[in-house]
Amino acid sequence: MLKLDEIQKRLISEVADLHSVPEGAYNFRANGELAGRNSTANIEIVSKPDGSGIDIHIKPGTKHESVHIPVVLSNTGYKETVYNDFFIGEDSDVLIVAGCGIDNCGAGDSQHDGVHRFFVGRGAKAKYVEKHYGSGDGSGKRILNPVTEVYMEPESVMEMEMEQIKGVDSTVRTTVAELKEGAKLTVRERLMTHGSQDAVSEYNVTLKGENSAADVVSRSVARDDSSQTFNARITGAAPCSGHTECDAIIMDNARVLAVPSLDAQNVDAALVHEAAIGKIAGEQLMKLMSLGLTAAEAEEQIINGFLK
Amino acid sequence: MLELKNITYEVEENGAVKRILDDVSLTVEDRRFVVITGPNGGGKSTLAKIIMGVEKPTSGSILFDGADITELSVTDRAKLGISFAFQQPVRFKGLEVKDLLRIAAGRELSIPEACSYLSEVGLCARDYVDREVNASLSGGELKRIEIATLLARNTRLSVFDEPEAGIDLWSFQNLIRIFEKMRAEIKDSSIIVISHQERILRIADEIIVIADGKLSRRGGAEILPELTGADAPETACERLQ
Repeated sequence: MLKLDEIQKRLISEVADLHSVPEGAYNFRANGELAGRNSTANIEIVSKPDGSGIDIHIKPGTKHESVHIPVVLSNTGYKETVYNDFFIGEDSDVLIVAGCGIDNCGAGDSQHDGVHRFFVGRGAKAKYVEKHYGSGDGSGKRILNPVTEVYMEPESVMEMEMEQIKGVDSTVRTTVAELKEGAKLTVRERLMTHGSQDAVSEYNVTLKGENSAADVVSRSVARDDSSQTFNARITGAAPCSGHTECDAIIMDNARVLAVPSLDAQNVDAALVHEAAIGKIAGEQLMKLMSLGLTAAEAEEQIINGFLK
Repeated sequence: MLELKNITYEVEENGAVKRILDDVSLTVEDRRFVVITGPNGGGKSTLAKIIMGVEKPTSGSILFDGADITELSVTDRAKLGISFAFQQPVRFKGLEVKDLLRIAAGRELSIPEACSYLSEVGLCARDYVDREVNASLSGGELKRIEIATLLARNTRLSVFDEPEAGIDLWSFQNLIRIFEKMRAEIKDSSIIVISHQERILRIADEIIVIADGKLSRRGGAEILPELTGADAPETACERLQ
């Protein structure tokens, strides 16, 4: 059974939408210790020999199974770096739910740096969902620096949803991907910063194989005095297609820096980038107010929709 | 229901004051379908925006069910029971059609309820209810969704600012049917439509002409011939015959 207190349970429900023990394979980590683990016939979770993290082995042909690996930190001042490797077998079709919740009521900075590496087998299909959440009113910061590396074999498909909506003071998110022939990567990032938070999101996607494709889309809202940097680089080294998009709503005294970059190394590499930053349009507020919402309620609806 | 008293609206343009509306007074009674028409640039849309509170008049006052609402915000007027269909509907990234209908209704809507409003405006509901109200929708689709939000609100007073603008011919036929139905089903409410379209003018209980910022003519269907020309062919098709 899981060894989690009430705060940790609340964090788990925020980052993994879990209210009880999930079906399938899981690994729960709380304040640096294992709080529960379950392997299944097709999905095996083992600790790395040096204790630095876990390896998740998904057997070839595994269909419609899921792995949950949430992490929670509720001790102030706790800092850790964890390495998790996913070996996704050929022709499998799986859902992987990760996420980290930090509750920091104390004065020390709490930090979780998760390094996730995905080795996606030929023809495999994986959906990866990651949520980050912070709470607690201590002066200590809540810091998350996730590193995600994705290595995709031919004809594999990876869909990634990354969300960080609340409470994380500082984050540097780094995502690196390499795609072989016919591999497809889709990334949907949702980010909101407030207060004096600072978020950096960097992507470096290399399309190595013929007919590989990547679509990286970030939607973000920057409020108060927060700042965001979105830096997406797609390299096309073969006949391929790549698209990156940064769409941001800026509010108050925030700052958003979008740096899309494309590197075409093949005449048949079709690469596109789009970036748009702007405030909420006055006419959008006016429309919702004409339906009976106050200006603040209208703003909330617009942001909720945008980040959906 | 609605009373506009001596409404004047001025803007500053290149350092000079320009009068858009000049001392307009009019009353809209209960259970009336009123069409405001007149030449482009005459001040019709400004008048509609002043009723909703999107623009504030330079002078004059607005009474709604006897209460002075001149200083009330758009939100407060909406809550009192005024709704407004924009001439150019707004797009929202991420907000779905059903979200907009839910906000309009002011309560949770079941999918069948949301769909019923869309069907009213001639949209195949299951194709639209989950669509984002974004640039993927055509002008005509947006206009119909805009009208559906007013149906969902079901307020005492509905104001439509040029519902026909940007609508294709097929959608237009449908639009006329929607307004005819609204006219037929009017109960404890009133409808004001800003329009140039003769087919909409024909539905009206009352026609108000605004030209050069002034109320220049007011009457029932009997004034239609003088607006369109007594012997003029009635539609483009008839003109061709």
